[in-house]
Amino acid sequence: MSTVNASGWRPEMGESDVMAAETFTGNRALMLEEALIFEIGDSHTTGVDFDPAPKVQSRLGGLERNREIGLPGLSEPETVRHYTRLSRQNYAIDLGLFPLGSCTMKHNPRLNEKVARMKGFIDVHPLQPQETVQGALQVINELAFWLVDLTGMHGVAMSPKAGAHGELCGILAIKAALDARGEDRPVILVPESAHGTNPATAAFAGFSVENIPATPEGRVDVAALKARLGPDVAGVMITNPNTCGLFERDLKIISDAVHAAGGYVYCDGANFNAIVGRVRPGDLGVDAMHINLHKTFSTPHGGGGPGSGPVVLSEALSPYGPIPFVAKMPDGSFKLVEEEAAGEMHPETFGRMTAFHGQMGMFTRALAYIMSHGADGLRQVAEDAVLNANYVLRSLEGTLEAPFGASGPCMHEALFTDNGLAEGFSTLDVAKGMIDEGYHPMTVYFPLVVHGAMLVEPTETESKAALDQFIGALRSVANRAKQGDPALKSAPHFAPRRRLDETLAARKPVLVWKEAELPIAAE
Amino acid sequence: MRYLPLTDTDRQAMLATIGAASIDDLFVDVPEEARLKGPIPGLPMHASEMAVERHFSAMARKNMAAAHHPFFLGAGAYKHHVPASVDHLIQRGEFLTAYTPYQPEIAQGTLQMLFEFQTQVARLFGCDVANASMYDGSTACWEAIGMAGRVTKRSKAVISSGLHPHYVSVAKTMARFTGDTLELAALDMAQSDTGRLLASIDGETSCVVVQYPDILGRIEDLSAIAQKAHEHGALLIAVVTEPVALGAIKSPGEMGADIVVGEGQSLGVGLQFGGPYVGLFACKEKFVRQMPGRLCGQTVDAEGKRGFVLTLSTREQHIRREKATSNICTNSGLCALAFSIHMSLLGERGLRELAALNHARAVQAADRLTQIEGVSLVNDSFFNEFTLKLPVNARDVVHKLAAKKVLGGVSLGRLYPGETTLENGLLVAVTEVVSEEDVETFAATLQEVLS
Repeated sequence: MSTVNASGWRPEMGESDVMAAETFTGNRALMLEEALIFEIGDSHTTGVDFDPAPKVQSRLGGLERNREIGLPGLSEPETVRHYTRLSRQNYAIDLGLFPLGSCTMKHNPRLNEKVARMKGFIDVHPLQPQETVQGALQVINELAFWLVDLTGMHGVAMSPKAGAHGELCGILAIKAALDARGEDRPVILVPESAHGTNPATAAFAGFSVENIPATPEGRVDVAALKARLGPDVAGVMITNPNTCGLFERDLKIISDAVHAAGGYVYCDGANFNAIVGRVRPGDLGVDAMHINLHKTFSTPHGGGGPGSGPVVLSEALSPYGPIPFVAKMPDGSFKLVEEEAAGEMHPETFGRMTAFHGQMGMFTRALAYIMSHGADGLRQVAEDAVLNANYVLRSLEGTLEAPFGASGPCMHEALFTDNGLAEGFSTLDVAKGMIDEGYHPMTVYFPLVVHGAMLVEPTETESKAALDQFIGALRSVANRAKQGDPALKSAPHFAPRRRLDETLAARKPVLVWKEAELPIAAE
Repeated sequence: MRYLPLTDTDRQAMLATIGAASIDDLFVDVPEEARLKGPIPGLPMHASEMAVERHFSAMARKNMAAAHHPFFLGAGAYKHHVPASVDHLIQRGEFLTAYTPYQPEIAQGTLQMLFEFQTQVARLFGCDVANASMYDGSTACWEAIGMAGRVTKRSKAVISSGLHPHYVSVAKTMARFTGDTLELAALDMAQSDTGRLLASIDGETSCVVVQYPDILGRIEDLSAIAQKAHEHGALLIAVVTEPVALGAIKSPGEMGADIVVGEGQSLGVGLQFGGPYVGLFACKEKFVRQMPGRLCGQTVDAEGKRGFVLTLSTREQHIRREKATSNICTNSGLCALAFSIHMSLLGERGLRELAALNHARAVQAADRLTQIEGVSLVNDSFFNEFTLKLPVNARDVVHKLAAKKVLGGVSLGRLYPGETTLENGLLVAVTEVVSEEDVETFAATLQEVLS
């Protein structure tokens, strides 16, 4: 690794920008400017050739379109070039370490892409007769088996489309179970350190949300939580390992207390990758937990999705899980339990959450990853994820403040704060400085429980050499922020764009392209 | 363990740096009784790349793939030809393995694509703005009902019986927990329920939800419903499960819809046994701050260059927590990309040609299939999907056709279990991938099954 000087200071920063002349095209060698499809395409061009349509009498109910849609078309070469050029303006896990805490960006094996694209999976319809999709149903069933076993739970709902959709599934199961008991419990308790989706989900499902504070060492305040339990509390939503990167060591005590008070325990399983193969949430008294397949089992995140959020359920909640689901029949065949069969096989279901069966394309990828690792490898996954995070934590402790560094080992992510940066320098400056170092920054300003949070999650798919280089870069940028290097305030200098004006975007929203409003031209 | 780069030597060196004697020291916070001592029993150990591939090949072979057989299924998921460059481009690692564009300076590729996607969707639907996509059409539909509730501060949704029954089920599930009331009627193959919808709209109504074309394939003018809804301060939500149709017929926005949601699977995404799909969500500009989901907006950088960021995030869960407009914190980014690439390849001309081809093939197929004795067409108007009335229970027919290697549509019995008046209904979708030979094979096999 080529390092800058020991202090991390680079006095010449920014000068190259001043020296270079602007180019005619706006391009900078391989860093390319790319216009919008609306500026390069037109209504006559198309990149697809069709057979001519046979002449028929139209039966469109008299509603033939008579107005132009306004869609630009591109030829095939223009299309390939446009999107290839756009792709080069993205950072991605294939380019380097992606240390977004709580997001878990790990290597995406291409074998998973290959199996997900097999005709028998990608080219089957959700409503095909069940006898024609037995292989697809078996894949769902096998993944369900692994998820139940790895979590020590009783059942699993496969249909939720993403982690937050899974939270809704778990909360709806809790509500349905309470309804079945004839109890109206309007309150859900959510610790401060929980993901923002947790309170949003509970509120969305009609509950009122009450916060539970964290202790100074970054865990749920068990005494405060116990004191709040009562006949109006439906349950608690807890994240374990939590967003401070710590294991909630009292989860079993919390679960026992919540159960004794008649409530249920929802666990946000977004961080399951830290404990998979080493701890089963079912052993800790959890009633429902979603599993973000992309995080623990490496389905690619595609620039914002799709996700997939199967929810494992305890014996108490399983009867209320959603339809459809896959059941293995005594004769060895697989059955999709939909509305009709539900009455007989799953009468207490709270219903359907999505049109079809969930994210099949994510199921095949996740199962391929799981099989590749096996029970032994998944255990190693958690160990290496935790080892890598602690290595980052201890290596940077002298440079950045680790607020819970004394609270014990972190799990899969290491939390730092902006404490100690020079006056006027913030976490954001450190993040933007990391971009110039060639890294996607860590998660910033989350969790909210500490000031100027920086949450680093290296994951298990990083080598020691990759971690050492990252640690060196973050140490260098942090030192510059501590010393007040003014160049850092205007970072990034070397990205496709300099710092973007997010306030302008929110104050005067421009959400679609309009011909008249074009003229913020590229220079 | 081919995906794990640490060596045992690395691990020892790293433990030394941390000051831990063994990896177990890093799990000290896990209560002793909850610590598993070794791999979970009953689960297999790791497998080679070849072994995994072999397993999946065997599973895939047990399924009847659409491309290999005459195929006529629709009902919310459609088989279209996807140009080869779409799948090639979405597999570029910079798209496939990127995260949510939280750091816009190094995510302009995803962000510019989302801005282009939003514009394409808004124009297709005839709306002012669109978001950066939802999970799928059914969840987008429910979110639209929730949004109408926030806008009108009312909680009664009037739902057309022509809305996909699974979309209705999703809305019912959610309404059970939010206290919304849904006014529903049973589907009638003989007549549309526009009259009922018009009669149901009153001062309590938050929205009217109409599918276009509807579950049977019918295409009806929404203008009168929009007008009546607006007179009573309610919103019209239009649901489009087959966006290709809008290359041939008027957009819902043109007819006065306030919110238009849809399923984008038809363009670029593929059948995938039900998911991942891509929910489309567009509306009038005045409602933008009540919209769920992510939005990408245009701005400038420190040098004045045009750039794009995620914006209006004060509606979202990571800022507003329990006060957020929805709990959604993801979109279908990669599927939106596939949709947008496919749409860019088609353009105005291509989409219109594709739509015309779909309609013509469907008309030909409807004419051919109704030549079979006892088979009649339920709907006068349709785009690429229509409903046949058979002389017998259509569900049995579907299984018999499958046994003869013809995937011959979706029976209404499967979609509406227990509704005896619908048992003989068969939904048939005919897209550009269906050949004349496929239609002939279907017709001959159907005749054989019915006789």
